[in-house]
Amino acid sequence: MTSATTARQRQWKTYALLVPIVFFSSAGNVLLGKGMRQIGDVRDWRLAELGALLVKTFTNGWVWLGIGSLLLFLVSFMVVLTWADYSFVMPASATSYALVTVMSHWALGEVVRPQRWAGVVLICLGVAFVARTPSSSRGGK
Amino acid sequence: MQTALFLSIVVLGNTFGEVAVSHAMKEVGEVRSFAFRSLLDFLRRAFREKWFWLGIGLLALSFFSQLALLSWEDVSFVIPATALSYVTGALAAKWLLGEHLSPRRWAGILFVSVGVALVSLS
Repeated sequence: MTSATTARQRQWKTYALLVPIVFFSSAGNVLLGKGMRQIGDVRDWRLAELGALLVKTFTNGWVWLGIGSLLLFLVSFMVVLTWADYSFVMPASATSYALVTVMSHWALGEVVRPQRWAGVVLICLGVAFVARTPSSSRGGK
Repeated sequence: MQTALFLSIVVLGNTFGEVAVSHAMKEVGEVRSFAFRSLLDFLRRAFREKWFWLGIGLLALSFFSQLALLSWEDVSFVIPATALSYVTGALAAKWLLGEHLSPRRWAGILFVSVGVALVSLS
């Protein structure tokens, strides 16, 4: 197998794994946001209050769904990093910003201003630039 | 002030945590098969790397700080604002992991950063 073929395969493997990375990190954050909203503000830092907050946090179904999504994100992220550059995967996964903005607007009903939408467009442009660079700058083990 | 402090912990914990995990994964070696058994074997090898656990510790610190932050700030502010870690991450990839960042990749990261600034300031 030529090194060009290997590089091309790695590029496609990287693109494929970016799908679960982006999806599970977005879903995880939105689900956690929904769960934490139900729990309320953290304004009291006394130990007993923090203990009660931890109990409320870890008995919330949305928080557990969020944690499950983030664990799936972590495994996908670990796998892709066995061959891909961190400086490729990290900005490429910024696509999740667009998803989080859209999902928090739809699922949580948060108001998203036009400036934020413009920022999301710029982030997507940046991701498009990064996606056109080789995902791995080393031979790998 | 409380928001700025928690945001700093989230960003730096995330960057150094991911850099440590990235270093550990390169030590484990490229995953070539996506069969369930191969993935289990990959996880077993990954869990033996001390850099992995250091990274997980830092990511956990970042995660719990983010949980707290999400309890008083909008998710559509918190998540875009924590994207500052894309800038610190690029610098760490170059200086700590020795990765080659081409001009095009830097340009992409610059776009992402400006986009993040816009999102965070609005």
